Amino acid sequence: MSDSISQQRTGKGTVFVRTEICKGCSFCIDFCPTDCLTFSKEFNPKGYHFPILSAPEACTGCDLCGLYCPDFAIYGERWKDIDERKTQGRPQALLGPPATSAAAVPVARKSGAQDPVAADPKGVLTGIHFVDGDHAACEGAIAAGCRFIAGYPITPSTEIVERFASRIPMVGGIFIQLEDELASSIAVQGAAWGGKKTLSVTSGPGFSLMMEHIGLAVMTETPGVWVDVQRGGPSTGLPTLPAQSDMMQARWGSHGDYEIIALVPNSPQECFDLMIKAFNLAEIYRCPVMFMMDEVVGHMVERVAIPPADQIQVVPRKLTTKAKSEYRAFATTADDLVPEMTKAGEGYRIHVTGLTHDERGYPAMNAATQEKLVGRLIRKIRDKADELVDICEDYVDDAEILVVSYGITSRIAKSAVDDARQRGLKVGHLRLRVVWPFPSNRIRELCGKTKAFIMPELNMGQMVIELERAVCGKAKVVSMPHAGGSVHEPEAILKKIIEVAT
Amino acid sequence: MSSDTAEHLASDIDTINPVMPFLRQERIPHIWCPSCGIGTTVNCFTRALTESGMDLDQIAIVSGIGCTGRVAGYMNLDSFHTTHGRAIPFATGLKLANPKLKVVVYSGDGDLTAIGGNHFMHAARRNMDLMVVCVNNFTYGMTGGQVAPTTPIGAKQTTMPFGNFEQPFNLPFLADACGAVYVARWTVFHVRQLAKAMQEGLKKRGFVFIEALSPCPTLFSRRNKRGDGIDELKNYKQNSIVKNGADTKEVGLTFDGKITVGKFVDRERPTWLDAMNDHYTQTLGSQYTPYGG
Repeated sequence: MSDSISQQRTGKGTVFVRTEICKGCSFCIDFCPTDCLTFSKEFNPKGYHFPILSAPEACTGCDLCGLYCPDFAIYGERWKDIDERKTQGRPQALLGPPATSAAAVPVARKSGAQDPVAADPKGVLTGIHFVDGDHAACEGAIAAGCRFIAGYPITPSTEIVERFASRIPMVGGIFIQLEDELASSIAVQGAAWGGKKTLSVTSGPGFSLMMEHIGLAVMTETPGVWVDVQRGGPSTGLPTLPAQSDMMQARWGSHGDYEIIALVPNSPQECFDLMIKAFNLAEIYRCPVMFMMDEVVGHMVERVAIPPADQIQVVPRKLTTKAKSEYRAFATTADDLVPEMTKAGEGYRIHVTGLTHDERGYPAMNAATQEKLVGRLIRKIRDKADELVDICEDYVDDAEILVVSYGITSRIAKSAVDDARQRGLKVGHLRLRVVWPFPSNRIRELCGKTKAFIMPELNMGQMVIELERAVCGKAKVVSMPHAGGSVHEPEAILKKIIEVAT
Repeated sequence: MSSDTAEHLASDIDTINPVMPFLRQERIPHIWCPSCGIGTTVNCFTRALTESGMDLDQIAIVSGIGCTGRVAGYMNLDSFHTTHGRAIPFATGLKLANPKLKVVVYSGDGDLTAIGGNHFMHAARRNMDLMVVCVNNFTYGMTGGQVAPTTPIGAKQTTMPFGNFEQPFNLPFLADACGAVYVARWTVFHVRQLAKAMQEGLKKRGFVFIEALSPCPTLFSRRNKRGDGIDELKNYKQNSIVKNGADTKEVGLTFDGKITVGKFVDRERPTWLDAMNDHYTQTLGSQYTPYGG
């Protein structure tokens, strides 16, 4: 096949052809300025005729054929340049770095997570504040090291981006308001690959628009925190009123199979505290972390204590130090199944795609790669479900009835449980701060002595489905749905406790 | 670096296809159809990279979805293959997070101007410092030849089986009107001019828009009985009129009319990041922490 190359120096230059990748378009032949190329009579293995140098004396080595060839199959060179290179060597700059070797095997590690370090004091407003949950969440993000938000305003989340827009010029970072949530939810991922810690902020309708990009962040293992200040839905619903009706959307909203981590604060103080935890989890697991606020928590004004920076532990990004020839952005042998990350501009020449990809990030659309990749993406979180459990438990030791709640509903549930205890009822309270992964094992442990679980939530019964799955018929599960727009009455929860107890 | 040379060339000749160092060679051959022009635009891009003398470690390429969306995956640069229509906002985040990077968006007409049209307009309006290369083949190739916002009136597509009756976008006019600082159009026949435009684009600060007309022989040309890719290139050769500085209002395309090519716009305007730094320095003074990445 290589006979088409003329070695006879009858012209000023010559052409080189990789005949087997030629697709016979004839661009090179038709636009050769000296008409020195023609089609071969023979076929290449793909069944195409390929160019041959039929008039070598006419070839000037101008490489116009190379510029036209859409298949990178032909190029021309002047003999003069070839000879010069023989004596001078090839300019190294043109060669670029060596391509990533498919055979390179990363060194085994125990766990990839970086040790936490103290927060950058520049972003920490140490002191006692009287602010709402949205503002506290923003301060939590800045304290955690967030230096990039691409926002789009939507009630009741807007205060988070407003505060960030006014704070970040002094701290050093970027706020940009983009044209929609589709843009903002992927701009943050560009920024993450540019090396920043990032936050996405929205509410129901915007959260729906962001779903595709949550999937992208899962698939490309792009860390970041995603805030949804929940309002009533479906659709535009209740823009200024609370709900907890996006809980299943946070878990399952993007297409495809994946695991997700979701946190739910119940106060402005927790908006600060849990936000730092959310950023740390995003780095430890190299994944998007959902931060499920609601309108009441977002707009409720309370005391928020921000500690000194040296008392705030933040997990830095696990950036690779591997050699350029060895690093693979989606390979890991670490126990935690989390690959080391890098950022653009470091010379690793990474490829990042939402397509099913191999360890180098190259598309590999087949069942085996899908199994390996998606399996790891799921296991890196699912296998750590017990470590991720974060439940505040009250009166659990002797409880025969457990109220399970999260977010704003937990504050009402707590007051009902306190009331019931005063009446001598053996009732306890589980407040979930991490809702995904769902703490199934802890629920199962409690099933033995607990006769009934009661779950109030500001939706028509979402997390209760998960509770029922964990309880698996071993205890009674009572749902207390609420369509949103307000919160449960404490008396209603108390009444339900009494009803279940008797 | 030697995989394309070793088996085909005489051992005493040290030579290499100049495009190869820029490609992830283990991924070649590519997926594009015979006589598709996307590969030709990639040649032009790699020549522009060579000529620019820029540090390739500081250049990132971002694509959306579609045939042209696969370009990022073949380039041996930091490369990102994002979601459909969202290459520009991804690139915006990347550029702002690390302003030292030169970020190139390389995608198709459907990706950039239909599903991604909103981002295209706003990035141009903001003068985001991105070079946007739009390979315009007048159709959705990856999905089988549906009507695109660039499909000329009269052209048949699977979702316009009786001929397109929608007015197409005049992309240079759109980019110009939205505020792009550099706007050019060439075809894959005009390889040297396209490479030069890309070279200028790499050096330009601000929103650069380069439209590269390219044949889709499988779905646009065949369905419209326009021959093969080579016939489209001959058509570009015969019907193109070079008109640098042309009023972009006048450069709209028709099914079989003349094709105005050239560099239409080259002006200066502060980039988004320059404007932000200048504005905050003026309004906030010493309180402001200047942003450099």
